[in-house]
Amino acid sequence: MVAVQVKDLVKYYGEVKAVKGIKFNIEKGEIFGLIGPNGAGKTTTLRILSTLLTLTSGNVKILGFDLEKKPEEVRKIISYLPEDAGAYKNLTGKAYLEFIANFFDPSEIKKFVTRGIEIADLGERINSKVETYSKGMKRRLLVGRALMTSPKLAILDEPTSGLDVVNAHEIRNIVKKTAEEGTTVLLSSHNMLEVEYMCDRIALINKGLIVEEGKPKDLMKKYKASNIEEVFTKVVKQ
Amino acid sequence: MSALGNIIFKELKELMTPATFLPIIIMAIVFGSMGNTIGGIEDELQEPPTIALINIDNGEFSKIAVDVFNNTANVTFYSQNTADKQQAINVLKEKEGQALLIINQNFSENIEKGETGVFEIYWIMQGAGILDSISSSVVEGLINTVNTNITMQLIQNGNGSVNTTNALNPTGRNETTYFKDKELTGISPSQIANVLSQQSTFIPIIMMIIIIMAGQIVISSMALEKENKTLETLLTLPVKRSSIVAGKIIAAAIVGLILAVIYMMGMGVYLSSFQFQGAAGGAAAFDLTLSGTDMILVGVVVFVSLVAALAFCMLLGTMAKNFKSAQTLTFPVAILVLIPMFITMFKDFDTLPLALKAVLFGIPFSHPMMAPRALLFDDYLMVFSGIIYVAIFALIMIAIVVWVFKTDKIVTGSTSFKWMNRFKK
Repeated sequence: MVAVQVKDLVKYYGEVKAVKGIKFNIEKGEIFGLIGPNGAGKTTTLRILSTLLTLTSGNVKILGFDLEKKPEEVRKIISYLPEDAGAYKNLTGKAYLEFIANFFDPSEIKKFVTRGIEIADLGERINSKVETYSKGMKRRLLVGRALMTSPKLAILDEPTSGLDVVNAHEIRNIVKKTAEEGTTVLLSSHNMLEVEYMCDRIALINKGLIVEEGKPKDLMKKYKASNIEEVFTKVVKQ
Repeated sequence: MSALGNIIFKELKELMTPATFLPIIIMAIVFGSMGNTIGGIEDELQEPPTIALINIDNGEFSKIAVDVFNNTANVTFYSQNTADKQQAINVLKEKEGQALLIINQNFSENIEKGETGVFEIYWIMQGAGILDSISSSVVEGLINTVNTNITMQLIQNGNGSVNTTNALNPTGRNETTYFKDKELTGISPSQIANVLSQQSTFIPIIMMIIIIMAGQIVISSMALEKENKTLETLLTLPVKRSSIVAGKIIAAAIVGLILAVIYMMGMGVYLSSFQFQGAAGGAAAFDLTLSGTDMILVGVVVFVSLVAALAFCMLLGTMAKNFKSAQTLTFPVAILVLIPMFITMFKDFDTLPLALKAVLFGIPFSHPMMAPRALLFDDYLMVFSGIIYVAIFALIMIAIVVWVFKTDKIVTGSTSFKWMNRFKK
């Protein structure tokens, strides 16, 4: 079943064409990676799908809801983790999770917070103020926030950005586990190895256009490459 | 370039921005305009006051008084019949005169007997601002001149057997003041100005504090959401944009009001030390106090103005890129609050030129500053039209903010609009 359907998506920032007519589908429960260099249009695409930005033209459907016509319905079933997201510094980690959970089903608040605490795995520090957290702790809290509601679609922009090896590894495992539980995941990353490890399918985006799409293994075979980084280099040079 | 020179150059480059200079330049312009206005007071003091005179005394002292008034004032109406009183008042109102002075029949006789000669004075008060009472002060000056001249005449007439107490205070007065369709018996314009001075200084200052403090909270809140990168998350949650806007405005209004109450407690004690003694009693004695309904109306005006101010600040806040830029954005709000604050302190709305009236009415923050005085003198039209105008302004502001929250501008921080781009081209 198709969870996300993107057709001829175009986005202009004034005169600048950030996304020039891309299309892709994501199957339910799939981890789909959007890979590309800085300024390729990854974040813009994710921001459009998370209802933050309006599209210039094209059509996006998320679990049957038209993004342009029903943004409120879309927000109920998605969760977005921006690349450089922050949390309210004066709140404790737990209070932050409670604040977010309050926007969802009132009967499930306790369950969501418990799950958020579990994913963040910050121990006693969950009761400390966010301003005292290290970068890794903050990112874990934010991943917990993004996944605690078991969203139908999780949109994760560079989920392991700026994290050390151990923290990055744990977060990758959390994301994979969430997908196994039924959440569809759309993520972007610079880290080709991470993408190869996590994603069921990927799309390579360059200068606002999707230049290649497929399963990591199939793409490596097609381009006779030993990793996705090599695939990307070959595709861009074509 | 030396290391020191290099640092100085870098610091100057960072500090010499429009944001640094603009506030000071605008403040200089505001003070300059105020200087011009205050400079105009001297001219007003030099001008002869417009008065009406009814003299039904034929003695020598009333002649002295009439001579002084004729020589130093613009006597727009003169009569020797008290029945002309109403006509004199009408002429004065029409010509924006200051006072009708009636010299009673036994004025001179009383002074000669060692008693006081009584002036019956009917003041036409135009406004209760600090500058509005200048014209009545000029008339007071004329009466002092009359007193001095009568004293001199008494000394000349007395040949050394003058009662000095009477000679130094030869006249007394019975006063009635007409102000905004109210007839206040036994009180002069300066006394009314004293009674109202508490409002004309205290209320504008309180409103300025509330609006600036609460406005700063809203703008900073928006800026912090952007700086801390929490806004994007908030905007993707299942919550209506209007709820985000309303939530921020209501929270800021509550905190702003609490801060204002704390500030007022200290400020109230400080200002009370300068107040006219017995002002409160005086206000009650002359029916210059607000009724319960009036207080509710003042509350409504304050509430809608605060919402309007916060919605306006919220709009400014959407343009803030970070906390630093938010500090600059509070400046337009401060200016819009300071302008009505100074105007209402110095001049009454009714005595302003039409252009300034339009400016004052157009600034939504003026209305809570003007409402208490308008209510004291039953000017309900002014208060209700103010409430309606400010409420419409607030609704438009909120609608614009909600619209901005629904566009890319809130995320991209772009403050340019398509029509502006066309204009630039």
